[in-house]
Amino acid sequence: MKEKQILQIEHLEKSYDGHPSVLRDINFSMEKGEVVVVLGPSGCGKSTFLRCINLLEPVSGGRIYLNGQDILSGQKESSRIRQEIGMVFQNYELFPHMTILENVMLAPLLVQKRDRKQTVEEAGELLARVGLSEKQTSYPRQLSGGQKQRAAIVRALMMRPKVLLLDEITAALDPEMVREVLQVVLELARDGMTMLIVTHEMEFARAVADRVIFMDKGAIVEEQKPEDFFSCPKTDRAKRFLNMFHYEALG
Amino acid sequence: MLSSGIGVLFQGNNFLRLLQGLMVSLRIALLSMLLSAVFGLFLGIAMNSKKGWVRAVCRTYLETVRVMPQLVLLFLVYFGAAKHLGMNFSGELSAVIVFTFWGAAEMGDLVRSAFLSIPAHQYEAGCALGMTKMQVFFYIMIPQAVRRLLPPTINLLTRMIKTTSLVVLIGVVEVVKVGKQIIDASRFTEPSAAFWVYGAIFLLYFAVCYPFSRAAALLERKLRDGN
Repeated sequence: MKEKQILQIEHLEKSYDGHPSVLRDINFSMEKGEVVVVLGPSGCGKSTFLRCINLLEPVSGGRIYLNGQDILSGQKESSRIRQEIGMVFQNYELFPHMTILENVMLAPLLVQKRDRKQTVEEAGELLARVGLSEKQTSYPRQLSGGQKQRAAIVRALMMRPKVLLLDEITAALDPEMVREVLQVVLELARDGMTMLIVTHEMEFARAVADRVIFMDKGAIVEEQKPEDFFSCPKTDRAKRFLNMFHYEALG
Repeated sequence: MLSSGIGVLFQGNNFLRLLQGLMVSLRIALLSMLLSAVFGLFLGIAMNSKKGWVRAVCRTYLETVRVMPQLVLLFLVYFGAAKHLGMNFSGELSAVIVFTFWGAAEMGDLVRSAFLSIPAHQYEAGCALGMTKMQVFFYIMIPQAVRRLLPPTINLLTRMIKTTSLVVLIGVVEVVKVGKQIIDASRFTEPSAAFWVYGAIFLLYFAVCYPFSRAAALLERKLRDGN
């Protein structure tokens, strides 16, 4: 195994009783600092794929290595593993009974037992970076969708994760708020954050990705550099998928 | 003449006795509510158990309590326990047992739905941050559940205060019973006493319950705007 590989997945399988496989023989690896975008029609298993990596879904077979360590072997360790794998959800999932500052500080203080004063400073810096300095003492309900999602990204970053999983983080946002969130993600990519991103924003995928993975029916069917994938996809399935985003073809 | 009867309320220490009666009602209601809240919390968590048989037992308990009139329960505990089990509970203790038995079931159902109304993703978001199940439960689930629980719990409390009037029938001297005594004592001198005494009792219940239900309504509105 190469030193640089931060995440390596071998023969990952996921199925529910009596249903066709949700994930079929997924083999995949990521290098440190790489940004990989997962594309595919809805129901292709891309969200499940992300959730398996964060141990939110039990898998049926295969191995997942984080920094060379098998993360599926001991469930007791799930807390430690999840600290290293940050996740941002489609519906933000900020904790409604806490202010933004409390939201982003809860896990660092509670789980990582970090120093309070330093954590406040760090939270202040990160919130300032995403333009939420003014909102520290606000509650999630007082924020717009875009602001909530930026706060949720900060909450994940506060744990200093090695990998960040973004699960359709702009799917619930009004179009004018999509940009402010994706801008934050682009900046993270520039700073060398390792990210695995599920999205339906094709332009964004093209801009942020080092590599694109196309999934269909629970399997990875195509893996390419973004410029190649968007200009000449290898498989028919990917071509059909990309055509859905071209409305002129309909007229 | 109705107007003459009002004097009955202020003869001797009649009004003080009514207030003392009210205190008995409140003591039973508040103590039962407190116990109900504690038991109900555990019951509500059990009601969301992954184990089918646990849910079935809880469900049976809740449905049994709901179809049985509280009065029947009171008679069962007060007279039934004495006759068949040889246990002599005082009227007040019987009342607390019955209202806790009833209140815990209702409270359990409220707790169950409060937890159910928290999206599963909230739980996952906590886990994804590396929090343990217990940490997620104490820092994320319980605070949100309690907020949702406050308004319906206060409503249950007012229902309980009003239902305590049933304990007259097992000989507990609470506000309604005191009223009856006053009416009986002045039956010949003040024929209209019943109107004034029951009117006063009505106002006393109102004075106790109205602030609670207002508080519940305010909380409900505040939390709707909030969460």
